[in-house]
Amino acid sequence: MSPQMTTWSFFADHRAEILGATLDHLALVVIAMIVAILIGVPLGMFIVQRPALRAIALGVASVFQTIPSLALFGFLIPIPFIGGIGKRTAIVALVLYALLPILRNTYVGLTGIDPAVLEAAEAMGMTRAQTLFRVRFPLALAVILAGIRTATIITIGVATIAAAIGAGGLGTFIFRGVALVSDALILAGAIPAALLALLADFLLGLLERRLKVS
Amino acid sequence: MSFHINVIPSHVIVSGISLEILHGETLVLLGRSGSGKTTLLRLMNGMLLPSEGKVLVQGRSTAAWDPIRLRRGMGYVIQDAGLFPHFTVAENVALIPTLENWDASRTAARIQEMLQLVGLDPREFSHRRPRELSGGQRQRVGVARALAADPPILLMDEPFGALDPVTRAELQREFSALARRLGKTIVFVTHDLREALLLASRIVLLEAGRIVASATPQDFLRLDHPKVRAFTSSLAITPGASA
Repeated sequence: MSPQMTTWSFFADHRAEILGATLDHLALVVIAMIVAILIGVPLGMFIVQRPALRAIALGVASVFQTIPSLALFGFLIPIPFIGGIGKRTAIVALVLYALLPILRNTYVGLTGIDPAVLEAAEAMGMTRAQTLFRVRFPLALAVILAGIRTATIITIGVATIAAAIGAGGLGTFIFRGVALVSDALILAGAIPAALLALLADFLLGLLERRLKVS
Repeated sequence: MSFHINVIPSHVIVSGISLEILHGETLVLLGRSGSGKTTLLRLMNGMLLPSEGKVLVQGRSTAAWDPIRLRRGMGYVIQDAGLFPHFTVAENVALIPTLENWDASRTAARIQEMLQLVGLDPREFSHRRPRELSGGQRQRVGVARALAADPPILLMDEPFGALDPVTRAELQREFSALARRLGKTIVFVTHDLREALLLASRIVLLEAGRIVASATPQDFLRLDHPKVRAFTSSLAITPGASA
């Protein structure tokens, strides 16, 4: 039998299992992204007002990105409350990875606004909060969303490694496939992960274009 | 309104300025780039505070005013209009009424009135976005937005500076008529002597952060001061000029 045949028949035989792992994977990504957005966007808004904290926040977020993902998962295991084996630890690691693109794009989006617009807002007597929520934030939304899109694609990829610490998801097939030297098993994890990433990229890109102003 | 000295310790931008602006006058601050015109304007609405001396608006120092209340009482128009690109024309004009929680029918009526005032048909322009307007139309919306809450004072920082000469002349003429009709106190910054002569009831010439002359347009041309002559001669050598 050709390798393709093996792969296809494996897919056909394990449909339910693959679908279940894909949904597990998606759940990890969605939860991690929600947490990362809830931290990254407000933090980005906050550092616009506090330039002193900007370098620290962006620096710390950058450091997390430089740690190899397998190592980051490993580092987190012994940490109390957030560590251990399983989904919770995986989500913490994914959040740390997703933070930088969201934080940076929120900051860049909020600060990269036409100075004439901000001058007018100030001179017309808008408060800082009004300027932030009615001018800066709506104008930055497309850029912030671009950051969320990048972070989502990174997270879908990194989440495959979360299987190493028992978080489940599509990585389970990949790790098993590597151990058993089975292309079919590796592809059963890799193909759905790639399709998820493409789909997320397409849908978020669509949303981003709709929100773009001018 | 009157101000005195403003000294910023490391870098003096304007200093030794004593100027009183009378109710209902159109004061033009004339000067070259970097002469301190915009700085003076920003001192008036509290976007800058003097390091020395005082700026009094309606008898009260700008340092004592709530900056938001102070600025809402002054319309502000800038060179690039600074319209909000995510707002329609109507929403831009309604900015201050919305922030001041006017009721919807009063705001809607005011948008209509303001657009008509600046020569834009509300039916045609209300729902457009700033990017769908020409430079001149954008500047008209900028003026409408500044006037929407009926502020007694209007500050204008080279509002027509970025427009092509034909559009600029058109807006200058219309604005001149509008200013006379509205009876507002207007402070207008420009480096264009011709514009100053057309619009001003008084011209104040600034040079390196100091006032070098203050006169009505008629008297201004006759002043015998080297800095004034530098400006008036620039007018004379313009080919085909007829001031």
